[in-house]
Amino acid sequence: MKKTKVIVGLGSCGIAAGASKTYSALEEILAKGEMDFELARTSCIGMCYKEPLVEIQDEKGKIIYGDMNAEAVEGILKSHLLDGKIDLERAVVAEEQKTPEDSFFEGQVKIALRNCGYMDPESLDEALERDAYKAIKTLIAENKSSMDIIQTMIDSGLRGRGGGGFPTGLKWKFAYQNESNQKYIICNADEGDPGAFMDRSLLEGDPHAVLEGMMIGGYTIGASQGVIYCRAEYPLAIKRLNIAINQAKAKGLLGEKLFGSDFSFDIYVKEGAGAFVCGEETALIASIEGKRGMPRKRPPFPAVSGLWAKPTNINNVETWANIPWIINHGAEAYAAYGTEKNKGTKVFALTGKIKHGGLVEVPMGVTINDIIFKLGGGIQGDKKFKAVQLGGPSGGCIPAELGDTIVDYDSVNATGAIMGSGGMVVMDESTCMIDLAKFFLNFTQEESCGKCTFCRVGTKRMLEMLERITEGKGEDGDIEKLENLAHQIKNNSLCGLGQTAPNPVLTTLKYFRHEYEAHIYDKKCPAKVCKPLLTYTIDPEKCTGCTVCAVKCPTNAIDGSRKQIHFINQEICIHCGECYNVCKFEAVMVD
Amino acid sequence: MLSDRIATLVRSRLLLNSIYLIMRINRIAHTQHSQLKDDADLSLMKPLLIKYDQKPGSLIPLLQGTQELYGFLPSGAFKAISEATGIAPADIYGVATFYAQFRLSPVGKNIIKVCHGTACHVQNANAITDALKDHLGVNDGETTADGEFTLESVACLGCCSLAPVMMIGENTYGKLNGKSAVKILKEIKNQLCTDQPKAEK
Repeated sequence: MKKTKVIVGLGSCGIAAGASKTYSALEEILAKGEMDFELARTSCIGMCYKEPLVEIQDEKGKIIYGDMNAEAVEGILKSHLLDGKIDLERAVVAEEQKTPEDSFFEGQVKIALRNCGYMDPESLDEALERDAYKAIKTLIAENKSSMDIIQTMIDSGLRGRGGGGFPTGLKWKFAYQNESNQKYIICNADEGDPGAFMDRSLLEGDPHAVLEGMMIGGYTIGASQGVIYCRAEYPLAIKRLNIAINQAKAKGLLGEKLFGSDFSFDIYVKEGAGAFVCGEETALIASIEGKRGMPRKRPPFPAVSGLWAKPTNINNVETWANIPWIINHGAEAYAAYGTEKNKGTKVFALTGKIKHGGLVEVPMGVTINDIIFKLGGGIQGDKKFKAVQLGGPSGGCIPAELGDTIVDYDSVNATGAIMGSGGMVVMDESTCMIDLAKFFLNFTQEESCGKCTFCRVGTKRMLEMLERITEGKGEDGDIEKLENLAHQIKNNSLCGLGQTAPNPVLTTLKYFRHEYEAHIYDKKCPAKVCKPLLTYTIDPEKCTGCTVCAVKCPTNAIDGSRKQIHFINQEICIHCGECYNVCKFEAVMVD
Repeated sequence: MLSDRIATLVRSRLLLNSIYLIMRINRIAHTQHSQLKDDADLSLMKPLLIKYDQKPGSLIPLLQGTQELYGFLPSGAFKAISEATGIAPADIYGVATFYAQFRLSPVGKNIIKVCHGTACHVQNANAITDALKDHLGVNDGETTADGEFTLESVACLGCCSLAPVMMIGENTYGKLNGKSAVKILKEIKNQLCTDQPKAEK
């Protein structure tokens, strides 16, 4: 009989939810000797909202339990292993039985994430069992020509998953056609979009897939050196990548003269140093070269003159992870998913006010509503779905009315948002759209490298206008000024950062203009977020005269003695909301 | 003739002014640095400089390594790196100030990174920063007087589904509110208090 295996999900989000403590608790249980099992680890299966996750494999099959903190794990383990009971209430995945969480996986197609959560990311043997390095081996054994592989990529319809959506096959073709004694492959793992963590999960869960993808790219275009540019905020991803590289080298899967051919390939990891603009390819290259990460004019494109002025091909993590699967299963299998111009699958990071936050991989062409309500389980607290933000600071807000929009590059672009790398932040009625636009602009103006005047100064001016509006100092004509400046910035910036920085403002203006007008003309914040625009009053029916609010008020704006109805002096009130937070009787009203 | 004389006079005056300005900047820089107790032992950098000797594109790893040693970039390090690599100190300074990761002044022993990514923002990360500011008595980006804690805001820690989150040292804490963040901080403070006497033994 196969030994019982207990596997803990140890991705970054699992660890943040307490999975390391769960792992230690399991070690202690094992040491007690009451139960016998093999303890192992895996990465994120995407179900972040149920972390920490613990999987038990025994004769009953594969069962994954959710919310397994250090206190809960022993009880579940005992009932599962000793009493032979499967607790279906707490199970999130059970092979042959239904669990309350099955809807999260319905409609998902895992290609890029095929191994995430299914193997130990620090074990090469487990990766090999799951077909790692099979694709590159086959290509070399069959002596496939570069043009054949490029044609496979073109046929598969794979488009760059970093957000731009440029056809991968064509990109490779350009890099292949430029003759040079040295070419480079770069993996862009500088996932800077706030609200996106697809690449982190992939690197933490299946580093070998990314390495193999890069090798295939190198083999095709004739490069022998690969560089992974990973942001320093992802220490676990960097650690696992380095482990994977060393394992592959030790096993002869990476290095000189691979698989008995003349093909040599080496990869190293370069840590970023915290600059959002380095996600732009020319800035990224400058950063690898040790310079300030400032974008430069294109052409020449990196395919002609990239890293150290040599032909270079850059793709993002998710793109690289798809490539071995396409080689193994064929272009048709990949192209079978998706819509006419948008083939395959896309990984999204579902976050914000959503019940089931996590990582999902869906075929192109499903609707936003499907993702939010079927996979995501709807909005937290069953509040009203207001909008979804796609594409991070470069993207835009898609309102609930357009929830039937299908997700592919062209349909999303038509709404004014962009597909981006896959961050999907869901918002309910308690999110103020102007506050959100202000948040993104604050981000882009801080991250602007300063090269182009419109991006450097223009975003700052836009931010100041938004700050005035949210402080209740908005004036007639502000909306028009914002629009005018937004178009100027879009037209006069060199790189993607500046060209897309006004998108959050433009899309919120397009779909939520009434909110801007409420802020400017009525001096009200409909979502009750912008504090200077709120009025706090006390409901005399509910006030018990407990004096808590009066004590907490930092400006002594609340009058009233014990057991008497209190009231707020509006002239002294600074709208801090402290009274609202401390009142236990919901007597403080906000308008 | 007179206009020529005036022009020369104005030019020399400008020149003099700019010399004064440079002297003043130097003086300010000097006093500021001495305030930072910038007496780092630069010999610690030697293995690092040997490791990256003659390797192209190694300026950022060098700065990262230096910061790992001292917790920030001491002013002397610029000169040391410049001498070893031949890169002008101005260029090194340009790189160091471009990237958010590098610090030019010392930080607290424990860095509190409050995530202000999109997901955390819509889940009210501001409340956490506010609560921690109140509790520690420092502003965002500042260090407590005892040098124990530095409060920072960061873009995204990539734990969006657990938003709002903060990171203290290597540990990430999720699904916070103002109160629970302060509670965690108190626990860490208590731990530090109990750990210290042990370390002395």
